[in-house]
Amino acid sequence: MAQENNLLPSGLPRIESLEMRGIVKKFPGVLANDHVNFDVKTGEIHALLGENGAGKSTLMKILYGLYQPEEGEILLNGRPITIHSPTDSINHGIGMIHQHFMLVDNVTVAENVALGLKSSRGLRLDLDVVSARIRELADKYGLQVDPQAVISKLAVGERQRVEIVKALYRGAALLVLDEPTAVLTPQEVDDIFVIFKQMAADGHALIFISHKLNEIFALTNRVSVLRDGKMIGTVNTADVTKADLANMMVGREVLLTRHRPPVTVGDARLEVVNISANNDDDKPVLKNVSFEVKSGEILGVAGVSGNGQRPLAEAIAGLQFVADGQILLEGQNVTNYTPAQMFTSGLSYIPEERMHDGCIKDFSVEENAILQDYVRRPYSNWIFLAFNQIAQHAQKLIESFNVKTPSRETPIKNLSGGNIQKLILARELAREPRVLIAAQPTRGVDIGATEYIHNQLLHQRAEGLATLLISEDLDEVKALSDRIMVLFGGEVMGIVRSDEVTVEQLGLMMAGERAEQVFAAA
Amino acid sequence: MTENLTLLAIILGILHSGIRLATPYLYAAIGETFAQRSGVLNLGVEGIMLMGAFFGFYATFQTGNPWIGLVAAALTGSLMGLLMAVVSITFQAEQGISGIGLYMFGLGISSLLFKTMLGTVEGVQGFRELQFCITSSFCLADIPVLGDVFFNHSLLTYGAFALVPIATYVLNKTTWGLKVRSVGQNPEAADSLGVSVTGVRYTSVILGAMLAGIAGASLSISLLNIFQENMTNGIGFIAVALVYFGSWTPLGVMAGALLFSSINALQLWVQVLDLPIPSDVAVMLPYLLTIVALAIPFRRSLQPAALTKPFSRGEN
Repeated sequence: MAQENNLLPSGLPRIESLEMRGIVKKFPGVLANDHVNFDVKTGEIHALLGENGAGKSTLMKILYGLYQPEEGEILLNGRPITIHSPTDSINHGIGMIHQHFMLVDNVTVAENVALGLKSSRGLRLDLDVVSARIRELADKYGLQVDPQAVISKLAVGERQRVEIVKALYRGAALLVLDEPTAVLTPQEVDDIFVIFKQMAADGHALIFISHKLNEIFALTNRVSVLRDGKMIGTVNTADVTKADLANMMVGREVLLTRHRPPVTVGDARLEVVNISANNDDDKPVLKNVSFEVKSGEILGVAGVSGNGQRPLAEAIAGLQFVADGQILLEGQNVTNYTPAQMFTSGLSYIPEERMHDGCIKDFSVEENAILQDYVRRPYSNWIFLAFNQIAQHAQKLIESFNVKTPSRETPIKNLSGGNIQKLILARELAREPRVLIAAQPTRGVDIGATEYIHNQLLHQRAEGLATLLISEDLDEVKALSDRIMVLFGGEVMGIVRSDEVTVEQLGLMMAGERAEQVFAAA
Repeated sequence: MTENLTLLAIILGILHSGIRLATPYLYAAIGETFAQRSGVLNLGVEGIMLMGAFFGFYATFQTGNPWIGLVAAALTGSLMGLLMAVVSITFQAEQGISGIGLYMFGLGISSLLFKTMLGTVEGVQGFRELQFCITSSFCLADIPVLGDVFFNHSLLTYGAFALVPIATYVLNKTTWGLKVRSVGQNPEAADSLGVSVTGVRYTSVILGAMLAGIAGASLSISLLNIFQENMTNGIGFIAVALVYFGSWTPLGVMAGALLFSSINALQLWVQVLDLPIPSDVAVMLPYLLTIVALAIPFRRSLQPAALTKPFSRGEN
């Protein structure tokens, strides 16, 4: 019925086509969108692919009215429209699901949906009416949401559904999905994909922003690739391979598979024995965590964001107080050492927030190259810094790790994410550590730099380094790790050999099932 | 027996003064609750109160009509709020600093105007105590024991208490209240739904400042019926603390205001009765209580997440 009327299940008209033509957007010093053409049709899931900084988000923020383009036009069903604010785009039937959830977390689902809408009772809220409509929509689209639930009590997967309901409630016929899977477990990703596909079948138009090639093949009809602000091309997903897309993204051949040769594993370098820790609100964030990492081994840590990965890394780095248990580095008890003591004991640490914890953004590249060692010879003689030595050291790091920077004196914040990360990795490895903690080493890093960083980690593994690799990217964890530890709610769900576990099994563990249960079921 | 009667009289006296003295705290702190729920910390309440107290007094002094004084105080407060809003929302100045600036401004201007326009402490006939007389011979205020405690206050005092359920309703049950709560917690989310973060914050700050102006007037044309330099004497700052104490809810603010004003009344009686407690210690009591109350840590998690954080679109 709805199909015949060209109506969506929500009862609203479809967007037959939306076209963006010749979009130009400049930021100081950057051409973020350079005459970009892009279109999407009803019933289609269209992927927008590109590296960080390629201009995907900028293009979509223009569509949603958050940015104004310098040039170009937007056509809805063939007719030009103007979009000056999110309100305009919502009125045209465009909805956006942002990478970071746009939810007010201390109020209910219904209140989040009602926010900014006219109430049927004038100044008074009509939450009962809103709740009824939410249930109706949830029914039609197979989305489970409780209108009365407070957002802060919901799991990430549920919050994602709230975002979808919110957009549908506002009559979204076209939905922009900005990396919607970034915080979901593999099972949650599967669930949400079923919903996206159904929405497309019902006549919605979907734009799917991602840099995960697997997801693009699992979900989309067409792919448009952006690079350095330019549209490289639009292809049918069925007509291309992953390697094709990677090449379009990077502009050269990239190797997508990693070769992890067998190496002889040595003695345990890092031993963590039954550690527990609490956060600032005195809530437990690590509960009886135990593991060891041996020389020549990469231990991967998988888990949905916020399940103890960061406290674990920080506990070992000396940034998180350990309430109970022991941390041993090459047999020496280093529990609750200060960060400086940890560094001199042979630890190197690549922090998750590289701009916040990994470097000082207004400092130059060479100053950032000696952040831990500025007090030591040869970079300092207690009073004065030895600028020649520092410059030489920085130059060596830049050359050997292929860091692209205008000069050694350039403030590090002017480098791309990938190059900053390469410099941090270079700095940490140059200290010849015994143990390396690499937290999210390739998050927000382009494919080319990711390839380089992965190869460096594998090279160091062959040299005997013990590495703890913390990542939310399961493909990365699977590809690099010898063993994988899954954290859930601050507890270890199990430690498994990387080649004996499937992504699905890891997903179940990430959702809180213990390894024994998962393998008993299989 | 007489001792018991005296004790009862003292307790009733404390209750009566407690309710009475809560008036300025309630207006100021409930106003500040709106500003803070929208994400703006207005530390200038004290200065706004002084301006409201002066203009409320001056208008009453000139016209003899306290209602005109009340309107003048509300307008003065709103203008001070507009100033705070322009500086802290449009120009995104550090809120703590601009609030202190606003306080100094209000203190200085009200003292200057007092000297040039009044010159000396005068009295006015402000809002009278209502007696709730049902017949010419029977008034609710005459009810034994509790009549005086509850039925012998001015209109502004009753207004202050009426504000508690009204503010609760506005915050929780109206579309505007939802916007206020949202822009104080996650302005990006509100903005992405087409809510004007700037607009909501402006109205919240101005409404809050209007109530602060009335708080000042409640001193100068209702409780004391005079104007003196710096007559608020810290009430505006305590009101800011009461918002924290009350966990950003009008009901919590009222509990704090009553606790605070009762202890204040108690300390006045300690002085009046000449009890063997040094008066300096007695005067200290309410402030000591404030520090203790604010040191309780669990309340911090209830703080609006975007409090003191300016908003601009497009930043992550």
